[in-house]
Amino acid sequence: MRDTMTPIVELKGVSKQFELQGERIEAVRDANLRVRKGEFVCLIGASGCGKSTLLRIVAGFEQPTRGEALMWGMPIGGPAPDRGMVFQDYGLFPWLTVRRNIGFGPAARGRPAAEVRDTVERFMSLVGLQRFAEAYPHQLSGGMKQRVAIARVLANDAELVLMDEPFGALDAMTRERLQDELLEIWERTGLSVMFVTHAIEEAIFLADRVVIMSPGPGRIDSEMPIDLPRPRDVSAPNFNDIRRELAHKLHSDLARKAA
Amino acid sequence: MSTSTDTTPLVTAPDSNPERPPASPFLDGVRQYTITLAFPLAVLVFWHFATYGRKYSLIPPPSEVAWALYDLAVGGINDDAFSQTLHLHLVASISRVYGGFGLAVAVALPLGLMIGRIPFMRQLLDPTFQVLRPIPVTAWLPLAMILFGLGPRSAFFLVFLGAFYPVLINTIFGVRSVDPRLFEAASMLGCGGSAQFFRVVLPASLPAIFTGLRLGLGFAWVVIVVGEMTGVQTGLGAIIMEARQLSRTEIVICGMVVIGIAGFISDRVVMLLGRRLLRWSPGHA
Repeated sequence: MRDTMTPIVELKGVSKQFELQGERIEAVRDANLRVRKGEFVCLIGASGCGKSTLLRIVAGFEQPTRGEALMWGMPIGGPAPDRGMVFQDYGLFPWLTVRRNIGFGPAARGRPAAEVRDTVERFMSLVGLQRFAEAYPHQLSGGMKQRVAIARVLANDAELVLMDEPFGALDAMTRERLQDELLEIWERTGLSVMFVTHAIEEAIFLADRVVIMSPGPGRIDSEMPIDLPRPRDVSAPNFNDIRRELAHKLHSDLARKAA
Repeated sequence: MSTSTDTTPLVTAPDSNPERPPASPFLDGVRQYTITLAFPLAVLVFWHFATYGRKYSLIPPPSEVAWALYDLAVGGINDDAFSQTLHLHLVASISRVYGGFGLAVAVALPLGLMIGRIPFMRQLLDPTFQVLRPIPVTAWLPLAMILFGLGPRSAFFLVFLGAFYPVLINTIFGVRSVDPRLFEAASMLGCGGSAQFFRVVLPASLPAIFTGLRLGLGFAWVVIVVGEMTGVQTGLGAIIMEARQLSRTEIVICGMVVIGIAGFISDRVVMLLGRRLLRWSPGHA
């Protein structure tokens, strides 16, 4: 059993610098963050605040320049199946059908074919894609593609799902449906989720806790627990109060920076 | 056309009206074939009237070419050295085209995958190929004859060379243009390192590789005539050369027609194969 006190993800003084056309860009400065198992955390902030970089560090795609990124107390060395990433541009394999995209991880890791088949069936029905099992990604709508991307990381036993503005390219109706579906899956499976967004309403609707970041250099500014009961009503007065408070925090960050 | 100010959109031409009652499939088929055959028929008609019945025309009329082709294939008309030899030449050319093409694919495909994927290989080999590539295959002819002698081996080499670069260049291009996101996706799903080669690089670059194969096979058919002019006895290029020396222009044209048809059919085969393998690619479906 894992120690319940150990956070699933912990960032300790993480900084990340990039070299861009001979110029040093500080994408993240001294970020500290703990994510508990089963927690749904949204990272929010204006573009350039380093929220995607932070997510990519947790994914293992980037290494921090300074500081430590830990999962279950162990340093994150690189990408691994326990941390599944859902990209805004889906990142599906265009030459594989829906079924085989979802089965990609288990198959690549050498699971027996029968087990892969069962796993794929289970997660296809979880996201409602059975009818499209033999379709190729280019035949699917954006919402369908993102369902495949979510099923793909779940089918691969991810404990932590990293989502980088996953619904940013979808129309409003599809986005709301997928938000509902995501919450349902999260409640059913006990996953931990780190979700990057720049939409205030989305963050409040989804998160247990919203982490507010600000740009230039990117850093974590403050945190805000969202204590509203689920399912949340975006038109409720208390939802609106939180929305106003969060908007105020975000804008005061920007104002402070401009000053 | 005048610049009109009316607001009807230009795309609503009467022909593209979606509410047009659907024509019967039979009439539709007839229409398609009529369009497809109209131009070649017009060329034939023009050719016929430009050459038929003119005693001193250097170019034979199409009917004469048709008879010559018949004689070349099954004999019974002229009964000369050319009669009933078509299959020999066709088989010789096809085996050289596919042999040279096959060898080119066997060398260029792995090489292209390596140059595209491994920076060291790229640095080592790419500059050389870039310099060698613009040299036309015909310029290699004298050197090929010195290296491989007069005969089928030179032809084989030239076909190989003609098919090599399209396959190589397109494979490199395909490997280099794999969306980096797919590597990230594969590695976070637990497929990393060399396993990505077969699960990501190869399938992702397949459309470009197929373009290379089609171009390469096309070039192989182009080069075969030059290759078979290096003094081989059989082959479509060889009969064209021989017939030219004997002023049998109708046989020359027969050779041209057969090469055209054979090249067309082999291109179709590759294309159908590509369509099956690339069903997933919106550009090929």
